[in-house]
Amino acid sequence: MSIVLEIDKISKKFGSLIANEAVSLDLKKGEILALLGENGAGKTTLMNIIYGHYTSDSGQIKVLGKSLTGGKPREAIEAGIGMVHQHFSLAGNLTVLENVMIGSESLFKRKSNRQVAKNKLLQISKKFGLPVSPDALISSLSVGERQRVEILKALYRDAKILILDEPTAVLARPEAEKLFKTLREMTKEGLSLIFISHKLHEVMSAADRVTVLRSGRVVAERETSKTSKEELAELMVGHQVSRPVRKAQSTGKKVIEASNITITNKKQIQLDRISFSVSEGEILGIVGISGNGQAALGHLLSGIGEPTSGTLTFYEDRMNDFTPRDCINSGIGRIPEDRNSEGIIGELKIWENAIVERLHDTKFSKAGFIRKKSAQTFAENLIKKYDVRGATSETQARLLSGGNMQKLVLGRALSVSPKLIIANQPTRGLDEGAIAAVHEELLKARSEGVAILLISEELEEAVGLSDRLQAIVKGRLSEPIKAEEADATRLGLMMSGVWGEDNET
Amino acid sequence: MIEALEILTNASLWSAVLRIATPLIFGVLGALLCERVGVLNLAIEGIMTMGAMIGWLSVYLGADLWTGLAIAAVAGAVIGLLHAFLTVSLSLSQHVSGLGITLFASSLAYFIYRLVVNVGSLPPTIEPFQPLELPMLSDLPFFGEIFFSQMGPTYLALFAVVLMAYILRQTPLGLAIRMTGENPHAVDAQGLNPIMIRIFAIVVGSALMALGGSFLTTAAFNSFFPEMVQGRGWICIALVIFASWQPGKALFGAILFSFFDAYQLRLQHVVEDVPYQLFLMAPYVLSILALILVSRRAKVPEALMAPYRRGER
Amino acid sequence: MRLERRTSIPKKLAIIAPILAIVVSLSVSGVLIILAGVNPFIAYFEILKGAFGSKLAITETLTRASPLILTGLAAAVAFRARLWNIGGEGQFYIGALVAAAVGNSLLTGFPIIIAMTLVMMCSMISGAILLAGPALLRLRFGIDEVVTTLLLNFIIILFVGLMIEGPLKDPFAFGWPQSVPVDRSLRFADLIPSSRLHKGFLIAVFAAFAIWIIVTRTVFGLQTRATGFTPQAAAFSGISLSKTIMGVALISGALAGLAGAIEVMGVTGYVTTTLSPGFGYAGIVVAMLAALHPGGVIISAVFIASIFIGADAMSRATGVPSFIADVIMSLSLLTMLIAIFFTNYRIRK
Repeated sequence: MSIVLEIDKISKKFGSLIANEAVSLDLKKGEILALLGENGAGKTTLMNIIYGHYTSDSGQIKVLGKSLTGGKPREAIEAGIGMVHQHFSLAGNLTVLENVMIGSESLFKRKSNRQVAKNKLLQISKKFGLPVSPDALISSLSVGERQRVEILKALYRDAKILILDEPTAVLARPEAEKLFKTLREMTKEGLSLIFISHKLHEVMSAADRVTVLRSGRVVAERETSKTSKEELAELMVGHQVSRPVRKAQSTGKKVIEASNITITNKKQIQLDRISFSVSEGEILGIVGISGNGQAALGHLLSGIGEPTSGTLTFYEDRMNDFTPRDCINSGIGRIPEDRNSEGIIGELKIWENAIVERLHDTKFSKAGFIRKKSAQTFAENLIKKYDVRGATSETQARLLSGGNMQKLVLGRALSVSPKLIIANQPTRGLDEGAIAAVHEELLKARSEGVAILLISEELEEAVGLSDRLQAIVKGRLSEPIKAEEADATRLGLMMSGVWGEDNET
Repeated sequence: MIEALEILTNASLWSAVLRIATPLIFGVLGALLCERVGVLNLAIEGIMTMGAMIGWLSVYLGADLWTGLAIAAVAGAVIGLLHAFLTVSLSLSQHVSGLGITLFASSLAYFIYRLVVNVGSLPPTIEPFQPLELPMLSDLPFFGEIFFSQMGPTYLALFAVVLMAYILRQTPLGLAIRMTGENPHAVDAQGLNPIMIRIFAIVVGSALMALGGSFLTTAAFNSFFPEMVQGRGWICIALVIFASWQPGKALFGAILFSFFDAYQLRLQHVVEDVPYQLFLMAPYVLSILALILVSRRAKVPEALMAPYRRGER
Repeated sequence: MRLERRTSIPKKLAIIAPILAIVVSLSVSGVLIILAGVNPFIAYFEILKGAFGSKLAITETLTRASPLILTGLAAAVAFRARLWNIGGEGQFYIGALVAAAVGNSLLTGFPIIIAMTLVMMCSMISGAILLAGPALLRLRFGIDEVVTTLLLNFIIILFVGLMIEGPLKDPFAFGWPQSVPVDRSLRFADLIPSSRLHKGFLIAVFAAFAIWIIVTRTVFGLQTRATGFTPQAAAFSGISLSKTIMGVALISGALAGLAGAIEVMGVTGYVTTTLSPGFGYAGIVVAMLAALHPGGVIISAVFIASIFIGADAMSRATGVPSFIADVIMSLSLLTMLIAIFFTNYRIRK
């Protein structure tokens, strides 16, 4: 098999952060190569360099023997490389056809040839089995449909090498399997594919070969038929990192209970008659692919927004119209989904972030004035207790790394001795070390009788931490199952909406 | 009351509407183009002021009227380039950059004017545009006076509306402009350069704004004086929102607005005992009302006001 | 070319950058002065002389700085919360008008200090209410306050004209229409005798100090800054966006209204439609040059005031159009923006 893409000793630094170091790999014609690594291993950076979003500091990229100067997506496109980004590069207010054809005609052309473009699009769509309606607005499409448009964009420009960045992050299992089948068909048409993933099962089943990245370097290359999930896991992480194990324990009173909660927003149903409860000393895991209502659920439980119908109770109190302030005062610790835009105010100092939820606490303010010393001491204690590295209480919060920022958010939530913790994607974007630290704190809180509601996209995390699990699909919640009864098949079915004879979604 | 309604039957009212609308049409088109690529251009008031001054000055110094307009457009383009540098290359706050440039361009315009015209003397006049009477068509009753006896730049403004609508909808350039205002990363991913597209749109948009300003001195009035733009730039910004960022609706908005302006001018003579300031307030009050009216359904370009930094996701 | 946010700002750069900004703006303005046929060094010397060259000059500069400090504070307070209050001009005028109306006859019989305080409070309230409108429009309807505050400026100035030609007209004044005057007893006393510098200047300085305390030491100040930086996170942590924005709007509007009051009570005694040579807009530049710092506002207000007072004198002496002051001011804003930018970002390939 000939080599279509050759990457030779690519290095890239961002300031003092080494993103890629002397990375070399090659892609053979007609094969599916997986690029495996933890969050922060440098996979996306490498692909962005290949596609021209970034320029490398050193190294070479060759497509079919010809060297690329790099730094320009246009050059990559003309060389036959197409990229399907993790966060889709689509414009919601424009149509499918417009999103696909942009860039394909010269800007000096006097009239756009829509009909020709439409025909070409429909032709490609049929050939590769990716049905779309060209005149639909992107904003009206589902996530899976949008991904199809992303792929068609690359195929429309006659891509021969396709790069896919975490393509199944937003897909349910059956959709993901269909995608990989489609990708395999594409290789029969002469395409060569690289996909980035951190999901071992996917890599093993869909790829021919896998290259493992760790801390910016290539640590291994294997043929998937000749390796195992365990070997890949160890190569990916570098050492045996064991996540803390949950021990069974008895639970106490019901802390929070939701009964038939519905949230409709501008005629769209975000949560559909959901019910759940969490008791003292237990972790309830809500698993699901992103985009199925987790954001609405997380916001509701954090005091943002109200249910359109249904009741939410916290111990005996009605929680429906709780504000974030009410949540904090009642002893609900919240870890938001996006720490950068919801959890931390980057421009403020760490001590200011530490007390920002509790400004009216007599410990931190008196008669409207801030008690700075007290706040700083509190922050310093948090930093020490939760191992927040690289900062003092006076450091600007935005300088913290993702993992340390999350530890700060977690510590802040735990410091009020909460009775309930709402943890929304608490380990998103963190490396194994940080993930283990977060899990440990959550389990410790659980052993002290705190009720925890965990919303997670990572099956392994949810199963490992939760006592009971419910799947969220299109705004609906499945019946809870005990963790012992949760195996891969059952969970996969639950997350695709297959809940039993009369509950199909 | 009857006199108030009688004004509406007067062809000269409607003819004035188109004339008053001309600077607004240029201004709204310019602001619309900038906002379609995602950049709010608050330098408009200053650009219109500079356009007015340079247009007048060029003619005063001997250029013919159309050349004067062209020079004004170039001046606007240069100021637009500055705004583009600050907001696109440096990603500075679009609000502050625009306001700063408005202050700078206005003060520079007044300064240069004062170099030419001393304090205290009457503003020197120039020979302004005369209505271009289209043969035969301008003799039509009522409509002849309104549509076919306008000044050259007014026809240009109307043509600009059609041209911009066509370009935005039917050409690859227009698609690139629209998508840059929705998702510049998507544009970059498809091999185009959203930074160059933004700069281009801002420069062209600013040239249009300057044309609007120069109409004030070369056609509407025939001299320049400080504060002559009187907030028209800000009204154009409001009108862009009112027009949902579409050229056709922008034309409608400008005309609707100018109707109220032309009407109140004539109403003043008919209705006594009402302080003239109330009439003069009408345009600004209307603009605010228009904003409130449209606030619900506005479909804003998604990347409007969002700085685009290459490589940052 | 890529821009990279610095992790720490080197001290030397933080000091050199603003100075470089001012130097660049003075240099470019110098070119314009050459166009006017005058040696820029002479012109700048005349500006310095006109602003600081004598006791009279200094008092004139500080007098001019008094309302600028307040409108500068108004802009700084608002901008910190990302509330773009461009309506300082209108709020100034409404405060001035109210001061004249209330201070004309309504408060005879009160002790002087109480009466003066009441006049100022009425002006502050009127300015606050004026900005509350656009703030509400933003909170309720998402309407950009830049446009609404700007449009309001024009409306208010017309309104002031209407009032001083009508109900608030001074029947004893001849020439241009002016408002009824503030009662003699309620005027600010001279701070420096036989100069125009009045005690209102102290009020302005005190206001700067008060705002500094609020911003750096109080809960409300922290809430304001949080809301300005990352509104989503501020809301998540329990800070009420609408209460914070409204609070900021009321304070900001009040400060600009107070500027109008002290100008009337301290300098002119009455209101005309030309009372403000752009104090509201200059306040924005004052705030930006001071990087929104309340203490810095005093310095940059004096700087801006000195340019205008100096340029007036320079213009009389050399014939360079006095608009050069506006050019220097706006150019300084732009160069300062660029300078601040380069202290925060570096250019990478």
